[in-house]
Amino acid sequence: MLFLDVISSILLISGVFFGLSGAIGIFKFPDFFTRIHAASITDSIATILIVGGLLLQTSFDLNTVKLIFILVFLMITSPTASHALAKSARHGGLLTMAEAKEKKQEKTG
Amino acid sequence: MAELINLVLLAMLALTALRIIFLKDLFAVIMLFGIFSFLSALIFINLDAVDVAFTEASVGAGISTVLMLGTLALTGRKEKANSHSSFLPLVVVCITGAALIYGTLDMPDFGDPDNPVHQHVAPRYIEESPKEVGLPNMVTSVLASYRGFDTLGEVVVVFAALIAVLSLLSIRKETEQDASESGLKSHHVLHVVAKLVIPLIILFALYVQFHGDFGPGGGFQAGVIAAAALILYALVFGLPNAFAVIGAKFLYCMASAGVLLYASVGLFSMYKGGNFLDYNKIAAEPLAGQHYGIIIIELGVGITVFAVMLSIFYAFSSQTARSNIK
Amino acid sequence: MNFILDHYNYWITIILMMAGFYIVISANNLVKKIVGLNVFQVSVFLLYITMGKVSGGTAPIVVDGATQYSNPLPHVLILTAIVVGVATTAVGLALIVRIKGAYGTVEENEFKDQDDAI
Repeated sequence: MLFLDVISSILLISGVFFGLSGAIGIFKFPDFFTRIHAASITDSIATILIVGGLLLQTSFDLNTVKLIFILVFLMITSPTASHALAKSARHGGLLTMAEAKEKKQEKTG
Repeated sequence: MAELINLVLLAMLALTALRIIFLKDLFAVIMLFGIFSFLSALIFINLDAVDVAFTEASVGAGISTVLMLGTLALTGRKEKANSHSSFLPLVVVCITGAALIYGTLDMPDFGDPDNPVHQHVAPRYIEESPKEVGLPNMVTSVLASYRGFDTLGEVVVVFAALIAVLSLLSIRKETEQDASESGLKSHHVLHVVAKLVIPLIILFALYVQFHGDFGPGGGFQAGVIAAAALILYALVFGLPNAFAVIGAKFLYCMASAGVLLYASVGLFSMYKGGNFLDYNKIAAEPLAGQHYGIIIIELGVGITVFAVMLSIFYAFSSQTARSNIK
Repeated sequence: MNFILDHYNYWITIILMMAGFYIVISANNLVKKIVGLNVFQVSVFLLYITMGKVSGGTAPIVVDGATQYSNPLPHVLILTAIVVGVATTAVGLALIVRIKGAYGTVEENEFKDQDDAI
């Protein structure tokens, strides 16, 4: 039992670490596309680790199944949400940093 | 530990509310309001109100945000500079706030089991409802059985709101091929995932509907979740396709059918010799009667809430579609 | 310290309530007013749920081993109030859409000016 507890707390702590780094990234990164990269870290790896940690805390009953359902659902939806956000930004004409730089050089050069 | 979480979440809630005041970009204001609703749902869970948290997360953060964004698409996303001074409102708010905070000093302590609220009606519900109604979820037994008449009133209010919205905004079927105007047409990933997810959401709504007697959930939440599934469909595949799935006329019938189903349970119990909404008389056994009554009225609530939320969404988004054509 | 912890929830409720009230009376934009109204509404929900909490209690769903439950009555009242709240919000937003159609603006002072001009 203790062994599972240790693994679960390692998973939970690393999940919290990734969640926090994603949150810091949203503030620190320079433009939209890098920020969405940071946000999708919180969406994907942090949730997987945290739900995984919680899975080991259950006594393998109905709650485990519910958590697995939540995990599957999140794995389907959150990458899609990040993808849709980035794609609509492209659709709306937002340029990545490299492209913006090129355009600037073309103008000046 | 729970107290610490409570402190942090409430502080975040207050900060979000204060940030909303000073933002001029209305799109950001509405997104912050969505965050605000989710935070309050977390606080409700922490304060043991699981049913309320469920409702707030699906209704407050889901449906209200979608409706507000729909309005914003019609009215423009920038707030203009405020012309009149904000000094007088600030004074009024500070005085009112100070008076209210002075009033809280006499409020009973937070979480004390001896508070006046917990002395009178609640103990009866907590002790007797599992025996009288036979459901583990006390919130459902109080909502659907003890206060069934009250809930009927709420359902009628929701229905009346639908009538008010429809008398202000009409739902119009677009006959041209404006469906292709939707910017989401080229989102193949979104299409595939939506097709995968929508049946799951509807299945979850049914689970919430019929499992509401035993865990958090019930007709209100289930109706909203099912409506959210169809709103997702309408957003991804375009409004005309959604009209093809469930037409507006059919939704009106559903909305009234839900209210009528609820009221007819009351009339049936009167026919059986009880009072209005007295489920004990519906079946031979009082407990079985309670079960039948609660399942049927929760179904009525679910149908009405689903139909009302979806038709309100239809009304707003067909308005947006029309203004796009102009 | 205990005094602060006992009243913290009420104070936050009042801060939220006043924030919502301030938005309602000072904002010019009608959509923002509706957001303020909703913030106010959530603060009232929070007040009720705070009163229903019992320390050491669990959610009011019968489980084996639980002896103390939180008060289910405020939960019932607020659950229905949330759904009615979104319905009334929808009516308010529909009115705003109509105002936009009639006046071409949703800023309160602008359509007041238009009314005065007539």
